[in-house]
Amino acid sequence: MSPRPGSLALDTVRSIATPEGVELDLRLAGPVSRAYAWLIDLFLRFTGMLVLWLLLIPLGRLGQGVWLIVWFCVEWLYPVAFEIWSGGATPGKKLMGLCVVNDDGTPVSRWASVTRNLLRAVDFLPLFYGLGFVAMVLNRDFKRLGDLVAGTVVIYVERPRVASAVPAAPPLAPRVPLTLDESRAVLEYAERVATLTPQRAEELAGIPVRLTGTGDGPLARQRLLQLANHLIGRRPQ
Amino acid sequence: MKQELFEARHGAEWREFEDWIDGRSRNRAGRDPAQDNVIAADMPRRYRRVCQHLALARDRGYGGDIVDRLHGMAVGGYHALYARPVQPRSELLAFVRAGFPRLVRSERRTLAAAALLFFGPLAGMVVLLQYFPDLVYYFITPDRLAGIENMYDPKAERLGRTPEADTAFHMLGVYIWNNIRIAFQTFAGGLLFGIGTLFFLLFNGLFIGAVAGHLTQAGYAETFWSFVSGHSALELTGIVLAGAAGLKLGMALVAPGRLSRNQALIAAARRGAGLIYGAAGMLFIAAFVEAFWSPLTEVAPQIKYGAGIALWLAVAAYFLQVGRGRGA
Repeated sequence: MSPRPGSLALDTVRSIATPEGVELDLRLAGPVSRAYAWLIDLFLRFTGMLVLWLLLIPLGRLGQGVWLIVWFCVEWLYPVAFEIWSGGATPGKKLMGLCVVNDDGTPVSRWASVTRNLLRAVDFLPLFYGLGFVAMVLNRDFKRLGDLVAGTVVIYVERPRVASAVPAAPPLAPRVPLTLDESRAVLEYAERVATLTPQRAEELAGIPVRLTGTGDGPLARQRLLQLANHLIGRRPQ
Repeated sequence: MKQELFEARHGAEWREFEDWIDGRSRNRAGRDPAQDNVIAADMPRRYRRVCQHLALARDRGYGGDIVDRLHGMAVGGYHALYARPVQPRSELLAFVRAGFPRLVRSERRTLAAAALLFFGPLAGMVVLLQYFPDLVYYFITPDRLAGIENMYDPKAERLGRTPEADTAFHMLGVYIWNNIRIAFQTFAGGLLFGIGTLFFLLFNGLFIGAVAGHLTQAGYAETFWSFVSGHSALELTGIVLAGAAGLKLGMALVAPGRLSRNQALIAAARRGAGLIYGAAGMLFIAAFVEAFWSPLTEVAPQIKYGAGIALWLAVAAYFLQVGRGRGA
């Protein structure tokens, strides 16, 4: 599969085609961020169970019975409940910016959530998700066994990018026709220039001499911004 | 069309769309519900327009910011429109009233295999131990056996209690925590080419058979069988159902048929998940019976046997008869 023009050919991005005829990109989460999410969840569960234990001790045997039932629910149903009712993410996943979705990018379905979480029992073998880790590095979607069976993937939640406007400059038509890739590069540069140090911004601007007609940093930078203003369609003041 | 004009022309529409998507996940304080509903009804059309704008923005080489923004909106709309509505109560009712027994009937061959793997060793052990009582020590250590004998001592006031866990409610916790966990592990073990499921079915069959055979032979027959008769129908059937679910996973790996292994697994897990829901539900009820009814010594063993047989019949009738016909 060749990458869509303009999209990066990174191997952790999967495109899914929607019925509306556009492709949506899923950014797959790897073993490390998922392990962190699991550790956070483990800590939360452990703390919760400890607090509950202290609260229930005065109740004696009755308290122990309640505690065991709660432990059962926390061990097996905690991830399922959060995945179904809280946007496909346990608190740990939420903190790491992850969420679980079906293979087709839709919110995780109930049977899939139950399946992938019950199968943790196998993924955990022989200890600390050994099998799950091996499965994850053996397939291109970082799926542990439970994900393979349930048809789910763990992805990064899209964080809204803070829109940075192209800095204003008198628009300037390009001397030569720009290719699509070139005009994208110019726009990306203009959008990001505010986040670069002046030296780096000028160094980068010095590279595309064909577009700017000059290797002189500050001038080239100004030319690129002018080109960008032309590309997005600003009119001369 | 140039980018600025494109943004200017559609900006208001996009903001409304983003607000609506955000409102779904955050609280709706200060929002106008009537306006929300109008937008909701119009969502499919708006979503398709966003998709069109995204395709245009990519094709025309607009900047990364606007493409990313439209992509985020398309993802949000896709999630909102393609999420399956959840109606847990009515679905649960339909599952209990028809879906579950139908599923079990359609899986009767897998179920028969799981039952054979579980009840075969169980019955074999019970019979074997009547003739060779010492065989039990191959399966259970003498210490453990003494503890089990104490639980079913005819002189005990309550049956089936360990010294550490001596109230009904504590035992309820133990049963739920332990039995349903075993069912889940039996299911998950199917993913190891069925070997895990085989192990749990055979091991539990042998162990339960060893206990039953030994206690029968050692003269604790009445207390033991009257204790287990009440919850046996639900508990043993639940274990067999979990085993069948695990075997389905295992078979999908060993003999996927015309599907790829991955597809076969997904198909098997869909049905297996249904079996596991049912098994967990049955074990959950069984835990209550086992904790509150089975240990009673005030009740005559004959009544307990009668109740046990009635429950077996009820379970059989449920799986054989419920959910047939169109009205169910």
